Amino acid sequence: MDLALFTTQMLNGLQLGVLLFLVAAGLTLIFGIMDFINLAHGAFYMIGAYFCGTVVAVTGSFLLGLLVALPLTAAVGYAAEVSIARSLYTRDHLDHVLATFGLILIADTSVHFFWGAEGMGIPTPWWAQGRVPFAGAEIPVFRLVIVCTGLAVAVGLWLLVSRTRLGMLIRAGASNRAMVQALGVDIQRLFAIVFAIGAAMAGLAGLMIAPITEASIGMGNEIIIVAFVVIIIGGIGSIKGAFIGALIVGVIDTMGRSYLDVLLATFMTSDYAETAAPALSAMLIYILMAAILVIRPQGLFPPRTR
Amino acid sequence: MKGETIAGWGLLALLAVAPFAIAAAGQPFLMDLATRLIIIAIGAVSLNLILGYGGMVSFGHAAFLGLGAYAVGIPAYYDIYDGWVHLLAALAVGAAFAFVTGVMSLRTKGVHFIMITMAFAQMVYFLFVSLEEYGADDGLVIYERSAVPLIDLHDDTTFYYLCLLSLIAALFIVHRVVNARFGMVLQGTKSNDQRMQALGFPTFRYRLVAYMIAGAICAYAGALLGNFTEFISPDMMDWTRSGELIFMVVLGGTGRLYGPIFGVAVFILLEEYLEVIMNAVHPGAGVYWHFAFGLLLVLVVLFARGGISGMLRRPEHA
Repeated sequence: MDLALFTTQMLNGLQLGVLLFLVAAGLTLIFGIMDFINLAHGAFYMIGAYFCGTVVAVTGSFLLGLLVALPLTAAVGYAAEVSIARSLYTRDHLDHVLATFGLILIADTSVHFFWGAEGMGIPTPWWAQGRVPFAGAEIPVFRLVIVCTGLAVAVGLWLLVSRTRLGMLIRAGASNRAMVQALGVDIQRLFAIVFAIGAAMAGLAGLMIAPITEASIGMGNEIIIVAFVVIIIGGIGSIKGAFIGALIVGVIDTMGRSYLDVLLATFMTSDYAETAAPALSAMLIYILMAAILVIRPQGLFPPRTR
Repeated sequence: MKGETIAGWGLLALLAVAPFAIAAAGQPFLMDLATRLIIIAIGAVSLNLILGYGGMVSFGHAAFLGLGAYAVGIPAYYDIYDGWVHLLAALAVGAAFAFVTGVMSLRTKGVHFIMITMAFAQMVYFLFVSLEEYGADDGLVIYERSAVPLIDLHDDTTFYYLCLLSLIAALFIVHRVVNARFGMVLQGTKSNDQRMQALGFPTFRYRLVAYMIAGAICAYAGALLGNFTEFISPDMMDWTRSGELIFMVVLGGTGRLYGPIFGVAVFILLEEYLEVIMNAVHPGAGVYWHFAFGLLLVLVVLFARGGISGMLRRPEHA
């Protein structure tokens, strides 16, 4: 096996994994605490990229773009919670799916209105261009930046949830909403803050992937479904589950696409393997999710108290 | 007769005379719109059986539409145009896919059911996206419509009436099913599955059979859709399509016999004319019709519970 290819693909898998984690973490918090299915969470991923791209186009600084885009995306998340999501918490999941499906259309059309139908490219920041040699492969620096940022945010989120007063309230809100409210906590505001944090993380993922792909309408709709796969596999409401689930899904998806044909060729003719591999590799994560739902519906790492 | 029943029959009667009106008005493209409306309505009626009456929120129902379409497209690819083959293939594939996925999905509840049905639909989607032989994501052209005895489906009016009769048959099947003992049990599982089990009903089997009936009917609609568009692609099975189907059923009113056809009619007409209307209000605004559409979706969920059927029913209770 080619070590350079393996290293590259493994890193690509990790990169997809951390991006998925950034989207899934907010999704699982919102889902776990408010019991709210937010199909429109991918919209934050999209607008994060567009906000950042606009600032980069004007100032040329990616870091400045990031510093502007994150609070803006958080503000949009906060506004979405207060204006629409809040009145849906008491409804059933069917209503959540429908209303947030409508929000996707609104978000996509709004982006179309403000930025046009064409995608928006963001140049790779000057300080992260080039490649570094690593385990036999040439790794683009920017991909390392993505992976490290994602891991740093994961650690930060873990510290926030397990070590701070806000995190304590979030955990308490997840296990017993009514009790937290009875203790005098403004639970509405807490929910809005969680929404804003989730939106900012999704926006961060979107603006980090934009220099590699580009910011485009509908980019959120592709990742949101995979993010749902992640939180189902990891266990709804669990940040640890979202993290491990995201890495599993990222690595399996990427590795499946590059190595499944080789694997299949060991027990069938290579003709069949070459036909079956692309189909099977695209289906792999959904097969994994369906298997987990059948065998262990609560996911791999369900939160302890619900 | 209830208001919604009158409205339902009225809509069906309107569809029955539509070809004459369209021919008189000289607007042949309206024929396409009406045919598509009827075919999608069959799919929505089948979704209503499991979603509205059985409480199973399937977020992957578009997969059945796609499977039915490919059950016509793939035989046609091998120059098999026999309509009976197409019909049998569509019904069998729809029911079989519903059986296999239903056995697994129906063990889960609530949001897990939503997600697992979505997962199975995504699997089918990606399967067809990767099948180079059948066009992959470029889709597959069907050069001839299904050959059936006595009638010629290439005649648009004949095909239209076949679709309309199919819709009426689908409504009749759902009507008979839900009012039979079987349907009573099904509706019982929706409100309280445990209680139905305690009463001694093997509810899993009831729900599975309902799921298979819905799958077969929807695959049949897919077979009609493939014949109608003469071009099929995995895009028909995108998860957003499943979302649209749910929206149509909810818009019309879940668990109401005629609800889905109201929902589909409003949906298809909005999809077609919202752009025109918005352009009339402000030239150039039509491009953004999805915005108004999404807003409407949010407003329907927030304020119009019970859908169109609910509004038609209200005067009775007043």
